[in-house]
Amino acid sequence: MSKPKVAFYWCASCGGCEEAVVDLNEDILGVVQAVDIVFWPVALDFKRQDVEAMDDGSITVSFINGAIRSSEQYEMVELLRRKSKIVIAFGSCAHLGGIPGLANTFDRAAMLKEAYLESPSVTSGNTTIPQTEITVPEGKLTLPELWDTVKSLDQTIKVDYYLPGCPPPANLIKEAVTTILEGRLPEPGTILAPDIALCEDCPRRETKPDKLIIEQFKRPSQYIIDPDQCILAQGFLCLGSVTRKGCGAVCIEGNMPCTGCMGPTSRVKDFGAKAMSAIASLIDADDEEKITKIIDGMADPVGTFYRYSLPASIIHRSYQKPDGGGAHNGA
Amino acid sequence: MSDTAHKTDGFQPRIVAFFCNWCTYTAADLAGTARMTYAPNVRVVRVMCSGRLDPQFIMEAFRNGADGVLIGGCHPGDCHYQAGNYKALRRYILLKRVMKEMGIEEGRFRLEWIAASEGDKVQRVINEMTETIRKLGPLHLEPVNIPATAHVQVGTDKAAVAARGGVS
Repeated sequence: MSKPKVAFYWCASCGGCEEAVVDLNEDILGVVQAVDIVFWPVALDFKRQDVEAMDDGSITVSFINGAIRSSEQYEMVELLRRKSKIVIAFGSCAHLGGIPGLANTFDRAAMLKEAYLESPSVTSGNTTIPQTEITVPEGKLTLPELWDTVKSLDQTIKVDYYLPGCPPPANLIKEAVTTILEGRLPEPGTILAPDIALCEDCPRRETKPDKLIIEQFKRPSQYIIDPDQCILAQGFLCLGSVTRKGCGAVCIEGNMPCTGCMGPTSRVKDFGAKAMSAIASLIDADDEEKITKIIDGMADPVGTFYRYSLPASIIHRSYQKPDGGGAHNGA
Repeated sequence: MSDTAHKTDGFQPRIVAFFCNWCTYTAADLAGTARMTYAPNVRVVRVMCSGRLDPQFIMEAFRNGADGVLIGGCHPGDCHYQAGNYKALRRYILLKRVMKEMGIEEGRFRLEWIAASEGDKVQRVINEMTETIRKLGPLHLEPVNIPATAHVQVGTDKAAVAARGGVS
């Protein structure tokens, strides 16, 4: 019997998810022995044509990381979807939109303008913005189209399972691979991580006061975090109480607050909204002025509460008035 | 029906109002029994306490076609559950900031303390908010495209619009 075929692909991501696969260390040898890797652009020299030549459904499982924000990424994941029996959204960006998803607070026109015309690192006087098509003496050149809106993987193709995390922890990857290779398939749509909040696993759990109150929001760059006390109780925005566990509390172990990369538990639809609800209710003030002052101490609320999940949120992207002129992608 | 409902070019703001059971809902009831007229643009959802309001409810309301969301709770110090309205206020201030950054105009989201005896305040707030949103125009959030066979549903705007009779 031939070995199961596995593909890895990356879209709008940083490469950390690829790193996570390599982080399996010697365990990766077992995986390599058990499967045929048929496509992995970051590590192996297969081309798109090789995937196109395969029969539909012939790849057992495709691990796709990164958010989807260009026509090229969409074509590739659509291709992999057709060729694969199982698609796993791998990592925060594929799962919920991730860090690239914060681009949904802008639109394409504003991003291109900033990146190519107005950024201090741009040669002054530059008027060139990338086009999807241009004719030069040698012929016609094309580039993929950048979308106006960043999407999570399941907003573009059908996704069977999710491996959350930035990047997904090695033990969850191993567990998922083993489960799938042994044919013990979970319910479609399952998030392959425990369905309980991180506080459950927190090494500082015992130091969480019965009544949590926040008098001031502090940033780790400005204050020293006491390594033995509940981080949220100290006023640092730790999102462990609304974040799915499974990461082994590595950030807490490193004396940094949880930023929520594992996403919400199954009872929550919108991570940022629930996180705001939980955190705001802890503010130690009752009148508008004092509450506002405490909230003023919170840097970048959208970027904090929706750091990994803006595209998957209920609002999805910043609101553009119909007459605002912002172009929308057609995918 | 009030005069305000017929003034402009056919756009009728849809406002979802979350009123707490003990104060604001009772005030709306009072406005009704006292036959006060106000803009018919509000759909009231009764909740036991403004502190029950999960920010997800407010976002869902906007996602599913509300042009504005109004929260009504007991005055500070009057909460039936002691502190629910303070929690609502804290969440409101933070949520409002996030909504603003997401481009949703401030006038679309409002919190008011309305006591059980203040039927006239229900009338005034609803009329004011209807006019504010009439000027802002309809809210058209970008639909979230979901592949037909996707397992996970994020937002159900299209279905909801269809269920309302296709108005958008």
